[in-house]
Amino acid sequence: MNSIIALIAAAGTYATVLMFGTMGEIITEKSGNLNLGVEGIMYMGGIIGLVAANRYEAMVGEAASNGFIAILFAIFGAFIAGALAGLIFSFITVTLRANQNVTGLAMTTFGTGVAKFIGEVMRNKLGGYVSVSNHLKEAFSLKFMPKFLKNIPILGPILFNQVHFFYIGIILAVLIYLFFSKTKAGLYLRAVGESPVTADAAGINITRYKYLATMIGGGISAIGGMVYTMTTAGCVWIEASLSGVGWLSVALVIFCTWNPLNSLWGSLLFGSLMIMYLWIIVPGIPTELYKILPYVVTLIVLIITSIRNNRDKQPPASLGNNYFREDR
Amino acid sequence: MQENCAIELKNIRKTFGFVVANDEINLKINRGEILCLLGENGSGKTTLMNMLSGIYQPDSGEIFKDGEQVAIRSPRDAYGLGIGMIHQHYHLVDVFTAAQNIILGLENEKMDLGAVNDKVKDICDRYGFHVDPKMKVYDMSVSQKQTIEIVKVLYRGAEILILDEPTAVLTPQETDKLFAVLRNMKKDNKAIVLITHKLAEVLDVSDKVAILRKGKYIGTVNTKEATAQSLTDMMVGRAVTLNIDRPVYDNPKDRLEIKGLTVVDNEGINKLTDVSFTARTGEILGVAGIAGSGQKELLEAITGLYPVKSGSIAFLNDDGSRNELVGKTPMQIRQAGVGMGFVPEDRLGMGLVGSMGMTNNMMLRSWRNGRSIFFNKKAPQSLADRVWKDLEVVTPSTEFPVRRMSGGNIQKVLVGREIASSPPVLLTAYAVRGLDINTSYTIYNLLTEQKMNGAAVMYVGEELDVLLQLCDRILVLCGGKVSGIVDARTVTKEQIGLLMTSVEGNTKEAKDE
Repeated sequence: MNSIIALIAAAGTYATVLMFGTMGEIITEKSGNLNLGVEGIMYMGGIIGLVAANRYEAMVGEAASNGFIAILFAIFGAFIAGALAGLIFSFITVTLRANQNVTGLAMTTFGTGVAKFIGEVMRNKLGGYVSVSNHLKEAFSLKFMPKFLKNIPILGPILFNQVHFFYIGIILAVLIYLFFSKTKAGLYLRAVGESPVTADAAGINITRYKYLATMIGGGISAIGGMVYTMTTAGCVWIEASLSGVGWLSVALVIFCTWNPLNSLWGSLLFGSLMIMYLWIIVPGIPTELYKILPYVVTLIVLIITSIRNNRDKQPPASLGNNYFREDR
Repeated sequence: MQENCAIELKNIRKTFGFVVANDEINLKINRGEILCLLGENGSGKTTLMNMLSGIYQPDSGEIFKDGEQVAIRSPRDAYGLGIGMIHQHYHLVDVFTAAQNIILGLENEKMDLGAVNDKVKDICDRYGFHVDPKMKVYDMSVSQKQTIEIVKVLYRGAEILILDEPTAVLTPQETDKLFAVLRNMKKDNKAIVLITHKLAEVLDVSDKVAILRKGKYIGTVNTKEATAQSLTDMMVGRAVTLNIDRPVYDNPKDRLEIKGLTVVDNEGINKLTDVSFTARTGEILGVAGIAGSGQKELLEAITGLYPVKSGSIAFLNDDGSRNELVGKTPMQIRQAGVGMGFVPEDRLGMGLVGSMGMTNNMMLRSWRNGRSIFFNKKAPQSLADRVWKDLEVVTPSTEFPVRRMSGGNIQKVLVGREIASSPPVLLTAYAVRGLDINTSYTIYNLLTEQKMNGAAVMYVGEELDVLLQLCDRILVLCGGKVSGIVDARTVTKEQIGLLMTSVEGNTKEAKDE
């Protein structure tokens, strides 16, 4: 029991990465855009977030640098990088009407390539490695909740012994949920993803909603990549470390049945499954087998939801389709 | 007269690539009137109305609203001018409630569903229909969805309503209700445009009829001065006989013998219960019934597409031997030497590949012929050419994707292919659904021709008048059971109507798919 709680608590940081990746992709997919470039977007977020913090520190000097501002720089940098990627994706699929799957896969290749390139250039320029000073590292990984909360049995370590990005993610999930269920813009966005013909006939600007949702979604996903570099990877750029996080987020979107609230516990589950091999060791089972567990769980969820055939838990009906008004 | 005119179209022209959909159209739409827009398939009615609702832009020409020239660049512009269109394929979001659908896209509306509900109720009371604002669209029947569409348009304050074939999917009772609503709106001084194929409805409900033919405007007539014959002649451009020829075939033989057929769907509900009948050569056996009474399942069971729970379907050869079809796949049925033509209800879903041209679609039936690994295009090409010419399919070429043809032309391609091999059994489901008069009669003649060639034809139809004129016998289904098999030459419409709704005292509500 204790080791399970310790496992889930330890998974919190990794879960935060997935949480952002997933919420971003949920917003994108709600507009009917299936952006399979999340992997590339999170890579870009990872490197740009690090570079932004690094440049900030170089600009003001190590002594004057403030942890809070560094975090803002990292979030902002990653968001801009992801939003740009979303803009490219929207331009190619919405304006030029290219196939979304192909474009998404190209974005993955493009994003990882760009990230690795920037990482390499920065490393050469800075001589050795890209990083930030130790007190900024501490600021990024700070678990700021008071001790008495952390000491609550079971819930304490899971809910209160986490980095601040974890709580930002929770607030964001609730906000996104309220946006979809309570606001007009959220309703219209869902209409665009469900039935663009209907939305268009109702006078909703499809192009604007698709562009904005994909850019904001891309930006949020990219923050997930930044969180990974700045916490789990210890503020150091390691090329291969982010690999697979984006794909896991895409799987998690399906697992969550497109509900941002589900991404909270879903990402904790996926995160736990991903690092389980470090905590629960069954002799004879290779670690690679553990790592496929999230995907197996996703498959099971897909099977269960399709058997139950619940109309409210299906993907947006027009997901992956481009819309052109005069198409016959 | 002038002040009544809500919308005037002048010299409207619209082309899609090299297809001219509308050519120099002039039309007036008046307040307090129901105008029917009549024309064959592909004559450009829907295209013309889509330009009013902002879906398409005219290439040239002018649109006037209350005497002032306007440009309608988007659906939003159209709403701003008080123009609302109810499309043939409903524009609704399935997972939203009625109220959510109704307020979709409204600028100044708050997300106050209580106020929305009140306003919806007002509209419903005023014109006489019923809406449950909290109901999800996927739980609704076709008629309820249509009601939501109409309320949606009225909610936006539309004064000019355009309805594109609103009755195609409604039962006669629902159609009557709709017409009552339309008459109420007319009294309310709204301008109503109705696109329809059904002449009886045109004569029943409209004040004026505007006729289009092949993208050109032919003229507008007062309904009072028109007859079914005069309208058809204008629409087709030549005199058409509205009688269906029903010759008698000598010496009919039993061809299909169905005994105690029972099929069950995924949820374990009986779709057909103990159905028994015989289909004969040289005979058109009509199948009547309220939509969803098991017609689709019956045809699919015979062709081997729907699993059979119990009973037998026997194909009787000319030499008297029997081929049992139950338990065989469509491929095995064909290998057993049983020829069947099947015109399914879902033309593009089950019958044809939308993105392929006529030639390739012809080949879908014959791809197994020949031994070479390369296909031979000659035979399908010549068949495509023949169908193109004989059935007057309107298409630029036999390679033109069938998806982009109009509904009637798609149906001609499908029927042409299915009867090409002169199959001994021909099954058709709603073969004329959505088709105009002229095309419908072409299809009726083709079926009769097949019958006189000795085929056993089964015709699942909607319009009782047609069933009575075309068929030799009529099988009536009610709730998956046979409620009667009657002689089409002697039975009356009322008798069939009674059989459609009652079997052993059971009644079944009309339900869509």
